[in-house]
Amino acid sequence: MTEKLDVTLSVNGKRYEMKVEPRRMLADAIREECGLTGTHLGCEHGVCGACTILMDDKPVRSCLMFAVQAEGAELRTVEGLAKGNELHPIQQAFWDHHGLQCGFCTPGFLMLATGVLEQNPNIGDEELVHALSSNLCRCTGYQNILKAVKAAREEMKP
Amino acid sequence: MKWVGQPIPRLRDPVLLKGKGRFTADIAVGAMAIRFVRSPVARGTICGIEIPEGAVVFTAADITDIKPLRPILHGRNYVPTDQPILANKRVTYVGEPVAAVIAATQSEAEDIAEQVMLDIDVLDPAIDVDEALKPDAPRVHDQAPGNVLVETSLKTPGFDAVWAKAAQVVEVDIRSRRQNAMPMETRNAHAVFDHSTGRVTLYTSVQNPHPIRTGIADVLGMPETDLRVVAPDVGGGFGQKMALVPEYVFAVWVARKLEASVAWIEDRNENLIASFHSRDQHHTVKAAFDENAKLIALEADLRCNVGAYSNYPITCGVEPLMAMSELPGPYDLREYSVRTRGVTTNTCPMAPYRGVSRPVLTLSMERIMNLAADRFGLDPVEMRRRNLITEFPYKTVTGSLYDAGTYWESLERSAEVLDLKGFRERQKKAREEGRYLGIGFSVFNERSGYGTPTFAARGMEITPGYETVEMAMDPSGYVIARIGASPHGQGLETGLSQIIADELGIEPSRIRIISGDTDATPYGWGTFASRSLVLAGGASKLAAEQMRERLNKIAGHLLQAPPEEIELAGGVARRRGHEGSVEITALARAAHHQSQLFGGGGPGLTTIATYDPAGTFSNACHSAIVEVDIETGHVKIERFLVVEDAGILINPMIVDGQIHGGVVQGIANALFEEIIYDETGNILTGSLMDFIPPTMSEVPTIEIEHLETLTDASITKAKGIGEGGTIGPPAAIINAISDALKPFGVEIFEIPATPPRIRQLIREAAKEKS
Repeated sequence: MTEKLDVTLSVNGKRYEMKVEPRRMLADAIREECGLTGTHLGCEHGVCGACTILMDDKPVRSCLMFAVQAEGAELRTVEGLAKGNELHPIQQAFWDHHGLQCGFCTPGFLMLATGVLEQNPNIGDEELVHALSSNLCRCTGYQNILKAVKAAREEMKP
Repeated sequence: MKWVGQPIPRLRDPVLLKGKGRFTADIAVGAMAIRFVRSPVARGTICGIEIPEGAVVFTAADITDIKPLRPILHGRNYVPTDQPILANKRVTYVGEPVAAVIAATQSEAEDIAEQVMLDIDVLDPAIDVDEALKPDAPRVHDQAPGNVLVETSLKTPGFDAVWAKAAQVVEVDIRSRRQNAMPMETRNAHAVFDHSTGRVTLYTSVQNPHPIRTGIADVLGMPETDLRVVAPDVGGGFGQKMALVPEYVFAVWVARKLEASVAWIEDRNENLIASFHSRDQHHTVKAAFDENAKLIALEADLRCNVGAYSNYPITCGVEPLMAMSELPGPYDLREYSVRTRGVTTNTCPMAPYRGVSRPVLTLSMERIMNLAADRFGLDPVEMRRRNLITEFPYKTVTGSLYDAGTYWESLERSAEVLDLKGFRERQKKAREEGRYLGIGFSVFNERSGYGTPTFAARGMEITPGYETVEMAMDPSGYVIARIGASPHGQGLETGLSQIIADELGIEPSRIRIISGDTDATPYGWGTFASRSLVLAGGASKLAAEQMRERLNKIAGHLLQAPPEEIELAGGVARRRGHEGSVEITALARAAHHQSQLFGGGGPGLTTIATYDPAGTFSNACHSAIVEVDIETGHVKIERFLVVEDAGILINPMIVDGQIHGGVVQGIANALFEEIIYDETGNILTGSLMDFIPPTMSEVPTIEIEHLETLTDASITKAKGIGEGGTIGPPAAIINAISDALKPFGVEIFEIPATPPRIRQLIREAAKEKS
């Protein structure tokens, strides 16, 4: 075990101060130090994307980053999407179009899709499928995830 | 308005969408970590285990008070296996738990686990199913000399005479490689010792908390009541999470031993190598046809690799016995000779995986139908028309009773939607341009929604089947239904609410379904085998009918009308054909607070019902149009069509979702996923990079059409839909690839049909030609 470092994470606009080992993964820090367990770990080797969050508005795998690397960045997780009981358009679209079953991969897909649509609101279908192929889902066969994200693309257009 | 049949959004989704779901690892934050040290070799003798100084590490020597897991099957030449909780003196597969480290955090536990040194004398293992059957193969268990743990056979009396009259005999040799169900959430066990009661609560991602509790209590020798098993939000199961594993037992044992809160959260590598595998089967099947291309007899030798141990409670009979009894599927067959074997090897144990054996047996039968069609010069649709069962009820050669289905209609409709004739012209044109298109059909039926009458025939010591629902309406008029089934993503809560809502005349939003907690639900078997909507749905309907009668009686009293003339709808009770009504909430209030008025039946509103039917058969035709790149062996699925019949659809949106997910798992089975062992028993596919689950880019748009047969075999008239999606794709896709490669004389008999395999077959065929 190595000496712990002081780290401050900014997640969903809130600051979390913590002492963590340098090897502490960002996903673990978000889940355990910040108590935000909506971010899930599906593989811990960067393939499944269940741990996807937004870091300075870009989707990243939080299982492949150290907590210390996120110092100074603005992080967004699934808990930051809804405003109280009002769902974010991407959440509403997933609900309306049955874009989730067990719900385990869902936070990662929501953050991936949010990041992709914010960066490119007019993204074409082919490029969208390519981007959404970053993450794995075992329940939905992706059909309704794609349908939901396409619906959200219309809703989220500025 | 009826709620059944409406595609209403699922009731639990907002919680999951907001990241507020509670999966086991979320609840376990802060618990001490368990890390298992696993065997790095497939077979060997443990000579020593070196434990780092000061570390808390348990080995077999520390847990002599725990009995091994010993699932029992009666008959079928079953040889029981004793699976130790931690490997004792010997290791039998790569990934077997040998020692368990306890530490304050996961990373510390992992650090210590790396320092635990295993001294193992390596022995030659048995890995491949056919190699393990050879006389000189290493013996996995002393008590099973030929490595066969379960074996049975059947031969109809008239078989030989009919076989001798065959006009054509078609033979296939089908090899299905090993798959992992791969739920997105890995397995886990979080055991919490309660100092005030001495009880333990086990939070664990399972499909069947009650049988899991029974199994753990049995091997620990503790009263079941002192163990509460909770399946909170469960991130997919697909069969992998319905068997008891040593890790759950150890977690409960160590929580009691240390009087502490502990958690094992499996990592993905552990899940891929050491959870459960399936579908590792080899079928040799011969089919005899008369001169009219009618199937007259079937001979089969079925070998299933069941791995190192039998699984509890279903046993390792699940694949071989299912393969034997259901091989003929939707086809009329009167003469059958079959031998089936479950073969033990030094590999990860086998457990049910969505579809259980039927993806493989459907591949066998549907390859036969295609080869026979060629032999007789018929198109694949006509070939099947001559053989599909069209008269119901139908008693099969293995004794199953098929209720009504649409076997032929589903195929006929599929050929129409895909425009088979038009496709043949397009295929011809494409071939002239050097492009290879193919079409494939796969017709199958699926036993679903079955209870103890059917399970009892399998001879398991633990016979699953019935489902019970306890229902209560509270004084505010809300309904709580406690179910023994244990949904984990299927949306069962929503479907059950729709069924109950129709019976009680209230909205689904006023209904709460409680599941997955042995303290809060009646004993039940959980969610698997395409059963929960049929079983728990049937029990919900029965319990709600009783509730309705109670409400009618109270309403009759208040409205001064005979109870049989009361109807409940839109939240109110009224006398048919009369003015005046009373709110159902007022009935609920009165039942609890003015019970002296109504007499009989006692106060309150609680009912209980159990449903335990023999089961029903769903059916479908899956079809695929593919294009094969002959240079690379890459297969592109151009269209994938499902025409299915699951009876009445309670919630069509959820049904389609089940089909989508199942089909993509089936596509993965046909083209991508494979657990590969080398000859020493080491797994070469220990990460998701190597196992290759499909992403959105690999899957086509799945087209779905529904047929609705109204069956009497299910009181809601709904049939099971959970597994069907997974069953059809391998046969449809492999038939389509073989059709595309006709010009090369290539026929595919092995799945997954990966690009290297396809290329190799094309090369070999070219060599043979030259």
